[in-house]
Amino acid sequence: MDAATGDLPVQSHERELTSEERYYLASQWQLMWRKFRKHRLAVVAALFLTMLYVVAASYEFWQIHSTNAQYNDYLNAPPSTIHLFDADGNFRGPFVYGVENELNLETFTREYAEDTSKIYPLRFFVRGDSYKFWGLIEGDLHFLGVEGDGKLFPLGTDSLGRDLFSRILAGSRISLSIGLVGVFLSFALGCILGGISGYFGGPVDLVIQRIIEFLISLPTIPLWLALSAAVPARWPPVQVYFAITVILSIFGWAGLARVVRGKLLELREYDYVTASTLAGATHAHIIFSHLLPGFMSYLIVHLTLAIPSMILAETSLSFLGLGIRPPAVSWGTLMQDAQNVRSIAVQPWMLTPGLFVIAAVLMFNFVGDGLRDAADPYR
Amino acid sequence: MWGYVLRRVSYMLLTIWALSFVVFVIIQLPPGDYLSTYISSQQAQGNTFDDAAIAALRRQYGLDGTFFDQYWKWITNFLQGDMGRSFEWNQPVTVLLAERLPLTMILSISTLIFVYIVAIPIGIYSALNQYSLGDYVFSTIGFIGLAIPNFMLALILMYVLFKYFGLSAGGLFSDQYATAPWSLGKVLDLFQHLWVPVIVIGMAGTAGLIRVMRGSLLDELGKQYVVTARAKGVRERRLIFKYPVRIAINPIVSTIGWQLPRIVSGETIVAIVLSLPTTGPLLYRALLSQDMYLAGSIVLTLGVLTLVGTFISDILLVMVDPRISFEKKA
Repeated sequence: MDAATGDLPVQSHERELTSEERYYLASQWQLMWRKFRKHRLAVVAALFLTMLYVVAASYEFWQIHSTNAQYNDYLNAPPSTIHLFDADGNFRGPFVYGVENELNLETFTREYAEDTSKIYPLRFFVRGDSYKFWGLIEGDLHFLGVEGDGKLFPLGTDSLGRDLFSRILAGSRISLSIGLVGVFLSFALGCILGGISGYFGGPVDLVIQRIIEFLISLPTIPLWLALSAAVPARWPPVQVYFAITVILSIFGWAGLARVVRGKLLELREYDYVTASTLAGATHAHIIFSHLLPGFMSYLIVHLTLAIPSMILAETSLSFLGLGIRPPAVSWGTLMQDAQNVRSIAVQPWMLTPGLFVIAAVLMFNFVGDGLRDAADPYR
Repeated sequence: MWGYVLRRVSYMLLTIWALSFVVFVIIQLPPGDYLSTYISSQQAQGNTFDDAAIAALRRQYGLDGTFFDQYWKWITNFLQGDMGRSFEWNQPVTVLLAERLPLTMILSISTLIFVYIVAIPIGIYSALNQYSLGDYVFSTIGFIGLAIPNFMLALILMYVLFKYFGLSAGGLFSDQYATAPWSLGKVLDLFQHLWVPVIVIGMAGTAGLIRVMRGSLLDELGKQYVVTARAKGVRERRLIFKYPVRIAINPIVSTIGWQLPRIVSGETIVAIVLSLPTTGPLLYRALLSQDMYLAGSIVLTLGVLTLVGTFISDILLVMVDPRISFEKKA
């Protein structure tokens, strides 16, 4: 920039730029950013997603109880109510009442009642259950907690008396990251194979195209189920996690490879590619410095829209008990407790992990839509 | 035309062969097999097997020989209509599939029809009334339809029907027809139960198609020929349906082949949740108990049916739309 402006004082140069000139001088990425910002819903969704991922990365701190802590007095307890005013109408700040439970002998369900004589105020930054952050750093500081013997279960508990909210936070790490890791694997496979197919053409293209068509024409869920059922039961959670990711990517890359190939076929016909070839550039140089930037924006859009389908697939597999397995926690495994109408009728809060799935997928779709509009900034 | 059909048939056969191989590899993946589990559980109960009996059992179930021997035996029997025996049910796989496969097909085809019948008019409405209240309502439903896992939609629908209407949404038949032979009453009963799974399975596909239909019709509506026709005084309704709608509908109808795999996928998982008497729950149980011939046969049959369905829809498209060339698509 400096070289181009030459002797002109920078100050006057900036003043002379009208908004129209700024538009023409902006790089492609700047234009995309501008257009993306106009898409309000997408911006809000992007912020929300960032928040979700921050929480997923540091869930130990946001949890109220530790993931596997069981409270035998609170089996299948409904979500606790947070009060501001006590029974006499005095303002007490946010607090929860003590809770008593009684087994209803007619329906054989536990009924929970608040004991208004016991008041436990909520506190921020409390010392609570100890944890090992990422399995490395010991800590016991929690964002939110209750003073004394009070128990806060914002989304209720499961049949073993474990806090659903804390478990959902723990599950978010697996559920949200499996989409990213899976898409990254699909991306690598799709880019390499789609790239080879589109750039070289000919018989290589034909073979890869047949494989892609083969993968796209198959019903994926039955095959995913069969593959996941083949993951040995003895494997540790981390290994299962990667196995599931690989299984999801095996069929996921085909769609992406198709996009890469189509775009490459279009781009390689451009004059600047011919010019570069004539100048003696290598294949790698042409692909990475001329072709990749050309369709990067399209790729990002497709990646954003591919993540939610991975998240949905993981949830479905885990829900059926063929994906992530306990003791590892994901949003899908948490919903295993809600497999029949009876349990949903008695404990509707067991469906809340599904709301997190819906929210995350919705946000990815919004961001993807916004990016798609922004990806073509010159339109 | 016939050259195109012939080429498509040969691709399809090649794909089916590849699928059969992949399926066989998958069902061989789990360590151990049903027979060894069975033998060890029998031994635990005090029954003894000598080596000769085990070898005989292995031969009977086609578990002896190398991987390729087993594959060859499986696939040649499969082609002759013998899909092996289910270990768990102790019945020929063909018998089990014959009960359930027709229902899977009815369900998938009904869903396919539902998706198109619902998505196209809503897409047209949304495009013609862009940014109207109806458009926003359908867009919202569409976004949620894409975001909700279909097993969860099934659970919620089941819960709502149970809680507020006292209906049980599971199954495809009322109790009195469940085991009865086919009759007119049973068919009518089936159609009364069919709508819940059809909506659940078709939701995501419908939502997606509405968005595509809306988008492509909006693109067409802005084009010059629409303005010209309007300037010439062509009546609005006639104008819209005669030109832009017909063009906009094309990309939707031509992706009919991509809808089918998605529907069969969705059908599998929704059928498990709603416990429908289709192949889904059968596959699930077979996978959990390593009943490999049953699981393999279901996956392969579902795959083959999907491929054949896609093939038929492609051929129909070529026959219906004269603009699709028979030459290799770019």
